[in-house]
Parts: sequence; structure tokens; C-alpha cells
Amino acid sequence: MSLENHLSTLKYAFPKTLPILAGFAFLGIAYGVYMHSLGFQPIYAILMSILIFAGSMEFVAGSLLLGAFNPLSAFLLTLMINARHLFYGISMLDKYKGTGKKKIYLIYGMCDESFVINNTSRIPSNIDKGWFMFYVTLLNQIYWVSGATIGSLFGSMITFNTEGLEFVMTALFVVIFLDQWLKERNHISSVIGIAASVLCLILFGTEHFIIPAMLIILIFLTLIKKFITKHEVIS
Amino acid sequence: MMTITQQIIIVASVVAGTLLTRFLPFMIFKSDKPTPKYIKYLGYVLPPAVFGLLVVYSLKNVTVTSLAGFLPELLAIGLIIILHCWRRSMLLSIAGGTIFYMFLVQSVF
Repeated sequence: MSLENHLSTLKYAFPKTLPILAGFAFLGIAYGVYMHSLGFQPIYAILMSILIFAGSMEFVAGSLLLGAFNPLSAFLLTLMINARHLFYGISMLDKYKGTGKKKIYLIYGMCDESFVINNTSRIPSNIDKGWFMFYVTLLNQIYWVSGATIGSLFGSMITFNTEGLEFVMTALFVVIFLDQWLKERNHISSVIGIAASVLCLILFGTEHFIIPAMLIILIFLTLIKKFITKHEVIS
Repeated sequence: MMTITQQIIIVASVVAGTLLTRFLPFMIFKSDKPTPKYIKYLGYVLPPAVFGLLVVYSLKNVTVTSLAGFLPELLAIGLIIILHCWRRSMLLSIAGGTIFYMFLVQSVF
């Protein structure tokens, strides 16, 4: 691909990532400040945001480093907190096909936000799909790592009132959900997603609801498979 | 306090766990072979449910025991729905909802 094509792809991808820029700059800085407050040198937040690149898990990892040395439990806890990535992978199997070597990075950088943008964006035919998804993923990681770096270096100097800014991530997910809702032919999957999650949140609490919710979603979607495939064409 | 080596092992364990959750579906269902029909079906119907899960996940700390625990979220999401149905502009809906939410939690509640 020519430099010109790279630039036009980047130009097309950048506006789609603007909400993530706002959210990750804020949350990344918050993460850097948090790691600083735990007493870690800036290099910890910087390396962990590059290597782990899974927001909530990085906060947890910070506290794991202060606890007892138990790598196996750290590994298992990570599997539980990040299990939702399995669903992202299943949903992106076909979309990541034919993207060449970039695929490794697309999977490596598949955070919640990159997944929703790459899964929902309609990409015009003159834009290369693989490079578009690559730039979305890369920009998002740059925002996150920059935020974490700034926070761990200068976090204590930020003075303006940022209370409530973290809502930008909720707003993004609500808008993605709403956009999907407005264009889908039936709302079965959307309703199952909300209902199973709310039910499990009430039953299991904020720390343990994701995996039971994923299981219920999986069971329901499997049970209604016959109904869905009869009524919808799977491309 | 852990030694540097122990810290590296802990971070490596977290990295390995995260990599596994991201790469596993792609390791099981190789791109040179056709994806099984059931998995294809899941890939097609899962995203709306996952978006719902993410909405609930991002609102998991909302409480119903006090007005301030849920009303800012409820009002901001209401505004997002109105803005989005009106203009269908992702940036406008997200920016409008977030600024309104910040105003509510900083000045009203």
C-alpha cells in the first residue's frame, strides 16, 4: 500500500477513535496516577500498559504486585477478568481473515474499545479493511500508553475537576448498543445481553458476574439458533 | 515486598493470561480452514449481546439506594438516546452525554 493510501486510511480511522482518545487519555492518566500512588516507578505503568493492554486488568495487576507472590492465581484471575475477549475473538474470526501479518497485532491489541469500533464500522471500499482495523487498534493503544505515561510522571500536577469524565466509556458503549439496536432486524441478542448481565450482576455482584452472564448468553443464543437461522440470512 | 524477578513473573502471568483469552479462538479456528457453522453463527449473533454486556459492565457500580447513585447515569443515558435518535452522530451523542454527566455529578448531585 502506498504512503498516500496509508494516510487516507489513517485519516478515516482517526475520527472513529476520538471518543477513545478522550476516554483513554483520562483513564490512562488515572491508571498512571494509581500506580504512582501505590509507590511504583513510572516504568511500571508504562510497560504494563504496553504489555498487558487490558484496562481493568492493569489496575488489578497493580494490587497483585503488592500482595503475596502467587503467579498461578494471578494467571487464573486474569483468565476470569478477561474471559470476555473469547467472545470478541469468535466475533472477529472472519473479519480478521486475510489481514496478513497485521493479524497478530490486531488480536494482541483487541481491547473492548478496539473490538467495538472494528466490529461495527462500515468501511468504504476504497479503504483497506485490514489497515483500517490496524490503525484503530494502534491509535487506541497509543492513547492508553500515553495516558498511563503522563499519569505516572505528572499525575499529581493535574488540578482541574475531571469528576465524571470516566462516563465517556459508558457513553461509548451505550451509543454502540443503541446504534446496533436501531439497525438490527430483531432485538433477541441485544435483550439477552442486557437481561443476562443485569440478572447476573444482581445475583453474583460486581466482581463475579461476567462469566455467568457469558454462559447464560451462550446457552440462550444456542437454544434459539434454529429460530434465528430460519429467519435471517447468514452471510 | 516482592523482588524484581517475582514482579516480572507476576506481570508475565497476567500478560500470558490476557494473550490466551485473546488468541485462543484464533488458535482453535485456524483461518485456512472453514469456520464451523455453529461458531460462524455465534460470531454473527454475539456482538449485540456483548455490547449489552459492556453497557451493564460499565454501569456496574450504579446503586439504587440513593438518588445520586443512579440518577446522573439515568439522565445522561436519556440524553444520549435523544441526541442519537435525533442526529445519529456518534461523537455528538458521546460528547453531549459525557459533558451533561460531568455537570450533574459536579454541580447537581
